[in-house]
Amino acid sequence: MMEAYQYPDGSITYPGHPIGPGGEEPVDTVDLSEYTAEVVTWTTSMAAPPGVREPNTLAIVEFDVDGEPVRALGGVTTDDIDIGDEVRPVYVEELREPGAGIREPESQDWDGYRFEPV
Amino acid sequence: MENVAIIGASMTQFGQRDGWVLDLLSEAGTACLDDAGVSPDVIDHLYVSNMASGEFEGQTGIMNAVAHDLAAMPAYTARIDQTSSSGGAGVKHAWQSVASGASDMTLLVGAEKMTHRTTPEATDVIASITHPMEYKHGVTLPSFAGLTARLYLDTYDAPRESLGKVAVKNHRHGVHNEHAQFQKEVDLETVLESPMVADPLRLYDFCPITDGSAALMFCPESVAKEYTDDYVLVPGVGGATDTHVVHERADPTTMRGVVESSNIAYDMADLGPEDVDVAELHDMFTILEFLQSEDLGFFEKGEGWKAVEEGRTEMGGDLPINPSGGLKSKGHPLGASGVAQVYEIYEQLLGEAGKRQVDDADTGLACNVGGFGNCVITTLMEAV
Repeated sequence: MMEAYQYPDGSITYPGHPIGPGGEEPVDTVDLSEYTAEVVTWTTSMAAPPGVREPNTLAIVEFDVDGEPVRALGGVTTDDIDIGDEVRPVYVEELREPGAGIREPESQDWDGYRFEPV
Repeated sequence: MENVAIIGASMTQFGQRDGWVLDLLSEAGTACLDDAGVSPDVIDHLYVSNMASGEFEGQTGIMNAVAHDLAAMPAYTARIDQTSSSGGAGVKHAWQSVASGASDMTLLVGAEKMTHRTTPEATDVIASITHPMEYKHGVTLPSFAGLTARLYLDTYDAPRESLGKVAVKNHRHGVHNEHAQFQKEVDLETVLESPMVADPLRLYDFCPITDGSAALMFCPESVAKEYTDDYVLVPGVGGATDTHVVHERADPTTMRGVVESSNIAYDMADLGPEDVDVAELHDMFTILEFLQSEDLGFFEKGEGWKAVEEGRTEMGGDLPINPSGGLKSKGHPLGASGVAQVYEIYEQLLGEAGKRQVDDADTGLACNVGGFGNCVITTLMEAV
């Protein structure tokens, strides 16, 4: 589940926060993996840190959830991508190697979603 | 509230240094005491700007170590960490300590020791500032720069070459900075053919990994006059934040922290962007110089690249930006960079910048960016 939080003013954020942009606590969740998104911008990183695939193509994408925009960042399954392309989230069990970098492996999740052109 | 003055400054050679973080801090701190003509026993507050000495070197508690090494006890001390803007944050804390009346003499020293780490290791230490949702995708600060640069070029129809010209300009300026890590020019072809790092940005669009330290001495203007006639004033310092999660920003080409922090500083100083004669901006990546020059109000949104193309930000232009060579040429020892930016403006306003002196520089600005605009400090300074 690609869980985003929705707040009383209708705004949605991914990831969710204890208090939303309008200053209120979330009231609902949205699974963004059920939606497609449009590529806002992208890059291919050729200098990845330890435990990260190289090259690493990344994109910022924007979902339209019933008229409410919400953005996400993630890896892309191909380097054949451009601004304006439509993508869908695809689940990946391990996005980078836990423990290879500086962050404590147990401190966070390592699975998630990359984006695949539709 | 009394005016806050800077009466002394120093910076070490930036680059690959043999010493460790405490050596660098002591070198800059001692030189600053000498430059200001201040005895360590009159220091009330001592701030140490540093992002990650624990992560890079396994050395923590560096503020107390510096207080001891400089014989500044029993001065109050604290380490200031605001990632890449730790130096600027140190300036803000030092300014507040004097402006509030809590301190009559405040020493600020910033430093980072980085070059003993491999590039992937250093990149990961810096990337550890990111949200877990970003970190697990292998996001780095350079990749944020690549994402933003692509969007900027696409949105404002700017040529890729304009980013390269920022690097060319700042390397040209850095030739005259004896403390700079790189004191040599690069041509546009070299920039545009250097290895790709984060498409569309290449190696020469990025600052290097650097060791170094810089220091400043702050006091009330009335105290400054007891020491010297050669001091500068700090009439405004603003600090602001933007989202931790970078992709949540509605317009990634606008750095809201730069807008907000500069508005605070301009209001405090009763100055505007049109008053600034010289600026040091946080060109950790070439794209950041465009964004800051626009969000500080120097140029219209989407026009920063044109100013570079027209030579307006060169030495001799109507607003020279990064006469020191910027982070791009001078280097970027994280905790020292914001301090070194103010060091450069101090030198410029005193007319002591030598071959890189900007003519008739009376008002200067330094903008220090933490993360990818997550935290920003803007400092305004005036000649007396």
